[in-house]
Amino acid sequence: MITFRRVVSGLLLLAVVCAASTAGVQASQPSEPEQLSEFVPIEDLPPQEELPAAPLLIAAYAFVWVALFAYVVSLSRRLGSVAADVQRLEREVKKR
Amino acid sequence: MSKWFFPASVACALMFAVSPILIANAPFESTMGLVQKISYYHMPSAWIFLIAAVVCGVASVRYLFGGGARHDRVAWAAAELVVLFGAMALVTGPLWARKAWGVWWQWDVRLTASLMGWMVAVAYILVRKYGGPGSDKLGAGLALFGMANVPFVYVSVNYWRTIHPKTTVVPTLPLSMGIPFWFSFAAFLLLFILLLRMRVRLEEQRAELDAVYLSLE
Repeated sequence: MITFRRVVSGLLLLAVVCAASTAGVQASQPSEPEQLSEFVPIEDLPPQEELPAAPLLIAAYAFVWVALFAYVVSLSRRLGSVAADVQRLEREVKKR
Repeated sequence: MSKWFFPASVACALMFAVSPILIANAPFESTMGLVQKISYYHMPSAWIFLIAAVVCGVASVRYLFGGGARHDRVAWAAAELVVLFGAMALVTGPLWARKAWGVWWQWDVRLTASLMGWMVAVAYILVRKYGGPGSDKLGAGLALFGMANVPFVYVSVNYWRTIHPKTTVVPTLPLSMGIPFWFSFAAFLLLFILLLRMRVRLEEQRAELDAVYLSLE
């Protein structure tokens, strides 16, 4: 049984994680670019400066699939648990 | 469960299995490249997020103005789906934005209103779960705010300067991008209908359980 206390502590934990990640994101945001005096060919830039798209794409699709799967499993478990309770109680009612 | 539920579930699973193939074969967008392919799941999940908020709001209005427990069950079920599909839109969006716009998040009107709509749905669920007697009416009132937010989210990009593209993007998609997009949207819509039915069934069973408990006393 999920208690209110657990939900509140979960929300507090989420807030702390969000605050920490926001600080991290702000630190990783690209700063104001310096004024250029010349154009630099892309081959000369270090490869780590290029943000690859594939991990972001995979992360997005993975999140959707995992979230859907988790929700369907949670819903099935809740349905199964309530159906079992209904059957058990109906048997008790018949016995009386 | 209804007769249509099982065949529709199989069709939905097949559609979700086929959608990555269609998306992989779709052409790359000229300025964003590979990362734009996130849109094929991001935009349908965002639309379903808004549709679910409208379903929750309409069912709540019906419940508040003389409707029965059936409308309340639909509203509660839809609110949970607002949280699910909203989370998908709010997570996949920043992953796309980081590469396309160079930022994870921006407090523009659409993003802020979307986050607000999602938080209203979370509040609805917390109120229903822990609010005690009368929380059904209070939750229905909250759902109205969630529904009122929906047109604001959708049209905001046309009235405020934002980095989000305008609403004209989807209607002007070329066929090669339009087919995977509308296919994904159909898959998400079918999934939403199936999950809504399952979630309403859970509430029906809970009501049945309460009735059996009452008959025991």
